[in-house]
Formats: sequence, C-alpha cells, structure tokens
Amino acid sequence: MEGTLKLAMETARNRLMVAVFLFAGAFMALGFRTIGLGLMQDVSLRSGPDRALSQVIAARADIVDRNGVVLATNLQTASLYADPRRVFEPEIAAARLAAVLPELSQSTVLEKLKSNRRFVWIRRKLTPRQMWRVNALGLPGFSFQMEEHRVYPQGSLAAHVVGYVDVDGRGLGGIEYYFDDRLGNPADASEPLVLSIDSRIQHALADELKKAAERFGAAGAAGIVMNINSGAVLGMVSVPDFDPNHANLASGTDRFNRATAAVYELGSTFKTFTIAAALETGTVRLTDSYDASEPIRIARYTISDNHPQNRMLTVPEIYTYSSNIGAARMALDLGRDRQRAFLAGLGLLRAAVIELPEVGRPIFPQRWGDVHTMTIAYGHGIAVSPLQLTTAIAAMVNGGTLIPATLVDQPRHIRPAGRRVISAHTSDDIRMLMRLAVTSGTGRQADVPGYRVGGKTGTAEKSGVGGYRSDALVSSFIGVFPMDAPEFVVFALLDEPKGRAETLNFAGGGWVSAPVVRNVIARIAPILGVEPKQEDESHYRQAALLIRESD
Amino acid sequence: MITLARSDNSLVSRWWWTVDRWLLVTVLLLIASGILLTLAASPAVAERLGLDSFHFVKRQLVYIIAGLGVLVSVSLLSQRGVKRLAAALFLAGLAGVTLTLFYGPEIKGATRWLHLAGFSIQPSEFLKPAFIVISAWMLAEEFRSPSFPGRKISIGLFLGVAALLVMQPDFGQTFLIGVVWMGQLVMAGMPLVWLAGFSGAGLVALVSAYLLVPHVARRIDTFLDPASGDTYQIDTALNAIRAGGLIGRGPGEGSIKKVLPDAHSDFIFAVAGEEFGAMACLGILALFAVVVLRGLSRLLEEEDAFVVFAAGGLLALFGLQALINISVNLAVIPAKGMTLPFISYGGSSMLALAITMGMVLALTRRSNARLSGRRLRR
Repeated sequence: MEGTLKLAMETARNRLMVAVFLFAGAFMALGFRTIGLGLMQDVSLRSGPDRALSQVIAARADIVDRNGVVLATNLQTASLYADPRRVFEPEIAAARLAAVLPELSQSTVLEKLKSNRRFVWIRRKLTPRQMWRVNALGLPGFSFQMEEHRVYPQGSLAAHVVGYVDVDGRGLGGIEYYFDDRLGNPADASEPLVLSIDSRIQHALADELKKAAERFGAAGAAGIVMNINSGAVLGMVSVPDFDPNHANLASGTDRFNRATAAVYELGSTFKTFTIAAALETGTVRLTDSYDASEPIRIARYTISDNHPQNRMLTVPEIYTYSSNIGAARMALDLGRDRQRAFLAGLGLLRAAVIELPEVGRPIFPQRWGDVHTMTIAYGHGIAVSPLQLTTAIAAMVNGGTLIPATLVDQPRHIRPAGRRVISAHTSDDIRMLMRLAVTSGTGRQADVPGYRVGGKTGTAEKSGVGGYRSDALVSSFIGVFPMDAPEFVVFALLDEPKGRAETLNFAGGGWVSAPVVRNVIARIAPILGVEPKQEDESHYRQAALLIRESD
Repeated sequence: MITLARSDNSLVSRWWWTVDRWLLVTVLLLIASGILLTLAASPAVAERLGLDSFHFVKRQLVYIIAGLGVLVSVSLLSQRGVKRLAAALFLAGLAGVTLTLFYGPEIKGATRWLHLAGFSIQPSEFLKPAFIVISAWMLAEEFRSPSFPGRKISIGLFLGVAALLVMQPDFGQTFLIGVVWMGQLVMAGMPLVWLAGFSGAGLVALVSAYLLVPHVARRIDTFLDPASGDTYQIDTALNAIRAGGLIGRGPGEGSIKKVLPDAHSDFIFAVAGEEFGAMACLGILALFAVVVLRGLSRLLEEEDAFVVFAAGGLLALFGLQALINISVNLAVIPAKGMTLPFISYGGSSMLALAITMGMVLALTRRSNARLSGRRLRR
C-alpha cells in the first residue's frame, strides 16, 4: 500500500516535470516572439490604425504668378471608401449615406457595397462638414483616405494658362499638363512653379476683353500682353473662359484657348511684316510710292482698300491708311520666296513654341502663287495664332530679334538670346510707322495720352462656304508702348463682333479692338512702371512728312 | 524589511517564516506592474467611454487593496481551511453561474455577469480555482484509499461545470479548465492512452464549436486567413508592440493605445509593448514564468498528493491563462477574451486570482507538513 502510493507519487512528479518543461518552453517561445516584434519597429511606420489619415496622396507643387500670387494649390480633403466585405447590411448603409450625401445615388452605392471587391470609392473629396456627417453615422466598413485636392483660388483668371487636373490630380490642360511631371514630382512639391503671368495685368486684360466681347456680341475674344525684350507673357486671355475648379463642367468651347490654339487670318497687321521685309531687303525705301488709285483684279479676286485714297501712296501712307492695294504691289516687288522666307523666319509657318499643350498649327498655301503673295501681304490666305503674331510683332519693334515667348518666369536680368530677323534700322522705321498709324491712321482709338502707343489694326473677313463673309469679321489690334523705347506689346482680338450705333455700325479692328488695347494700356502702364510723358515728335518726323492728311 | 525573530510564534511571524516568500514577492511585483500599466492603458479607454480619466485606475486600486487582503488572508489558511473555502466557493460559484443563465445581462453575446449590490460579479472566475481544488481533493482521496471513486466524482464535476460554462457560453474558460483538469488526471496516474482519448474528445468538441457556433468559427477563420475577417483589434495590438520597439515610446507617449479596444483589459500587454517596449514585456513574461516554474518545481519535492494536484492545478490555471492572453496579444493564437492575471483591469478577475494564489501560498507553506502532523520530508 505504502509502496504503490510511493510509486504513484513518483509518476505524478515525473509527469509534473513534463508540465514544467512545457510551461518553460511556452514562456520562452513567447519571449522570442515578443523580442521579434520589438525588433520589427520599422513596420509600425508603414501601418497603423491612423494609417489612412496620416498617408496623403502625393502632393503637387503650387503654381504662382510672377509676384507670388497663388494660381493653383492643394487642399487636404477626405475621400470616402468602403471595404464591402466589412459593411454590415449594405441596404441600410447605402440609405443612410444617401441621406447625408444627397448627391449620391443610393442604387449606385448599394451596387458598390454588394460587390465583392475589397475597396470601392464611395465619394471623393468630401468637405469637412460632409466628413463629419459621415463619421457621425458610425457605419462599419467605411474609411477615409486623405487626398490633396487641387484648387485654383483665382478661379477663371488665367484658366487657359494654368489649365486643370483630373480627380486624381493629373494635369489635363495648360501648364498643369505641360509641367505634369515637374508639378507631380514629390521632390519638387515644395517648390512652386513661377509663371511669367502678372495676375493684375491678366485681370485688366480679361476684364476689358470680356466687356468688349459682350458689348459687341462677339463669339469670342483673345488677348496677350508680352514683354517684347524678354518674351515673358504677362497676360494671356481667352474668352469665353471656365473655372478650372470645375473644369469637368466646362464645354470644349470654354476650354479652348483662342490665344494659342486658334489660328485666324489676322488681316492688316501682316502689312507690318510686308513692309519690314521690303525695307530690310532694300526692295523699297520709306520714300517710295505705290499706285493705289484702282483696285487690283487678279484671277477671280479683286483687291481693294477699306479706306480708299485713290492715289499714289507713300510707304508710310500705305501702312497708316492700311492700303491693301499698296501692300499687295509691294509684296509682288518683294517676291514670293523672300516673303515666305521672311515669314518663316518669324516662326509664322510652324506651330508656336510655348509651355502649353494647346498650340494651333498655322494654315498657309502649300502652292504659294502670286495671288497668295498679294493677299498674304495684307494678312489674308494665312492663318496664325494670336501668340505667333504677338511674338513676331515684338521682334519688329524690339530692335529686330525674335525672342521666343514664355509663360515661365525667367531670371529677369538676363536678356534672352534671340535670333536677329531685321536690322535695328528697319525696326526703328517700323516703330515710326506703328506710332503714325495711331496718331494719324486707322488706329487712332488706341491712343492713350502720354503713353506713346503705336499699333496696327487688323480686320479680316472670316472664310465661309464659297468665299469670305463680309458679315463675320475677326477684328484685332496689335499695340506697342511706349513707342519711343518699346517695352510691351498688347494684342486684342474679337471674333465676330457686331457693329453698334456708336461705332457707326463698323466692327473693324480700329473700332472694336483698338479701344480694348487703349483701356488695357491705360490700366497696366502704371503697374508696369511706364511713366506718361510729353512726346518728342521729332522721332517720327521723317515718316510723318511723307503722309498727306486724307481729305 | 520586516524583521521577525524565528522564535516569534505569533500568527504573522509564523506566516512570514513558512510562506514561499519568493512567490509572494513575484506576485506583488506583478500587481505593482499591473498598477503601472493600468495607469498607462485605462485613461485612454475611460475617455473613449466618456468616463473620468482615472475611473478605471481608481476602481482597480480598490480591487487591488481588496485583493491583497484576500491574498494574505487565504495564504494563512491551513490545508483543511483551503478545502473548506474551495467547497464553499464551488457551491457559490455553481449557483452564481446557474443564476447568470437566467438573470445575467447579455454582454457581447454572452451572459457571464451577475449584478449584486452595485457590483458586477463574474461567478465563473471563482468557480475555476474552486473546481481545481475540489478535483485535486477527490483525486488525492482516491490516491490514499483506492476504493474511493475520486476520479469518477472529478469527471462528473467537470462535465457539470463544463456544461454550465458552455451554456453561458464561455468556451475560453471551458477550454482552460479542461486542460488543467486533464493535467490533474494525468498527474494522478491516468494512463496516457486515456489522455489521447480525452484529447480526441476535446478536438471533437472544438470542431463542433467551430461548426455550430458562428463567432468561434469566425475567430478561427480570421486567425488562419487574416484577410477573411475583421483583424482590427489584433492588428492594432501588433502595431502597438512594433511601435514600441525594444525600449518603448516612453510612459504616456503611446498613441495606438488610444484606438486599441480593450486596451485596459485583454490587450494591456500590447500597451506595455508600446509604452515600455519589448524588454518590459519580456520582464512581465519573466515574472509569470517565475511564479509558474518556481511554484511547479517546488511541488516536485512535495509528498502530499493533494498539495501537488491542487497547487499544481492552480499554478497551471494561472500560467495557462497568462500564456493564452499573451499569445493572443502576440497574434500567436486566435483571438480569445481572457484577462492577463493580476495586470488586466477587472474586479472579479483580481479577487479570484488573489484567492487562487492565496491558496497556492497556503498549500505550499513549509509548515504544512509539520502542522498537519505528517512526517517531515527526508
């Protein structure tokens, strides 16, 4: 009895020993596991309960104007998503969500919640109030992903330049598209992209163009302000415009950039190039004259003047009175090849180079005959974008170098290397002619006292079925100031303006666009630091003496 | 340190010289770290529930003071006293658990609680140690007089207790008691073939629980394939431990604890990991290991079968509960609600554990053999 008890105790102790070892093993295993987890510290930074809130979809760099005014930036917003497998009672969840987010379709949400995916977007980019309401529902299976939402604080101002992004923050237009890689690169996200645009000038230009477009019932308008020495675009406007914060709601017409993507036959402003080419090549001198007493009939065209003088006209008279006949005859003397080479040299025969994806290709005759030479002399039969014209005119008056236009702020003390297209002497002549066209020619309405505005009107009939339509005009004005030492060029174009009683039913460039340029210059010259001053008329005497006042 | 002369024969002095002081100190250290961790983990939970920040801390301090009193008082008991206490607790526990089936409020899908005079009591917590001691008593009686049907009584009691717990339902406690009771049977000389049989039965029970009880199935599925269900709590706990690294973020610096459900009770180990680091967790593990391993190894020299079965069972109960809780925190086993002994918040748990360790201390007192008049070892 005592012996069996002893034996049984022995068994019990042996078995207890096994239990001790089992416990020791278990404690050691958990010890290793604890240390293992403690050493995996780096994992904690990648995942955590507030992972969704701390992780933000990649930031995008701001876009600012030359003065640092923010044109595009980011706001943190919360986007609602669901893991359908963790959602209880999808019907109830969908109904309650639809109640707080009325713009959601209950059936669409329900369909998403019933799918067997692990991730469905319910609604992107909620406002803080909406986020709070959804949180207050306390629905399981729903979470928020913080996302950066692109916002454009200036709204439609410079919308065509800045462009817009899709819901995932990828650039779809304008600078946003052109610099998508740069803006979306996390390494550069803190460095804003500085544009050459000055939002004050942009605003003045847009305001005047919109007022004029409304006043004259124009289908559209475009305008550019550019520094002729640096190529910096200070303002670029296309009317109608759109709000890039809601770009998806805008029509294609609204998003169309008429300043760069559209090409127009621009009319008489091209006479500037005809005369410059003729002077530069020595084909004519300022004192030479052409017979403008009779319209020219060639092939099935008749070339006549809009402001007929019916006499011999000197070169300055051809420009200031905008004589198509005189320009056409001069172009014939210049010759087709030299004309084409000159325009090509100004970049008018290929698409403009600018930091925008929306650039239009110019249209010009493939078979360039004498008729074309004559019509192109006064800006018909060739269509270019406003940007191309502005850039080329800048080369005419800045001393003769073609400087590429840019929308990005460049170091201001360096004058970009341009390509010489005309001599400084020819450029001086063009300056005189442009000033005279305003003081005594078709551009009188562009003059701003004290700011020495020069410029050239351009009025072209739009081509329709079977020929040009006299009722549909593209009326523009290219202005330069201050003419004694030119710094800025201002272009304004109205597409299909309708004449009004106070313009004597005229809708030409001198009547509708020249006043826009005048108003814009009056508003921006003080901003640009151009001082009004008494004009030294001796500057233009050489050419002015060649102009006989019309009767 | 209290200095007591060996010759001093007062109750306190006799207790001091006979009790397992190492075990006592280790338990006191566990309780102390429990206070520290409750301070770290519970304010976040209290604030989340809209309570006063120190709501749980204050209550836990009351429980601890009561627990210490119970621990010391119970450790003063003689072997006979332990048996009486166990019998009384067993009857009360059975009655309490039965009452919960009829009157208990349903909390998180189970009825485990009784509301008594403003206090919530979980009777199953007290039933556990009582059952282990009663079972040891029965098995030890059969040891002494083989005609006594101790094993049969023990099996019968176990089936009764297990049935009550399953009805609550509380599979975790059933499993815990089942394993410890099995250990007692094995120590009491049960042929190992039987162990295989009982394990088979346990396996069948587990599989049927998996098939019949949805929440058990869900937890096991989630453990085997984390993508299949909500692993938020366990993911959060793991992240807390990882975030702490080896030395922790520092007291009060934890942030994951603020979103970790049950941070003050079932998942307090993870909070320890976040704020005090894996080294501190290792320290807590070591305290538990010292209690269990030292307690069990001292029983290797014990001649009294009842003491071996009862103290061994109680220590195994204590150790297993700690192992299960920590394993859940470390995502080693499926999620199972079980408190970390002496550290997690909870009054019933604290008092029941005080009784458990009090009985262990009482049974392992060196004077037992002498006082009960049996022969001295060696």
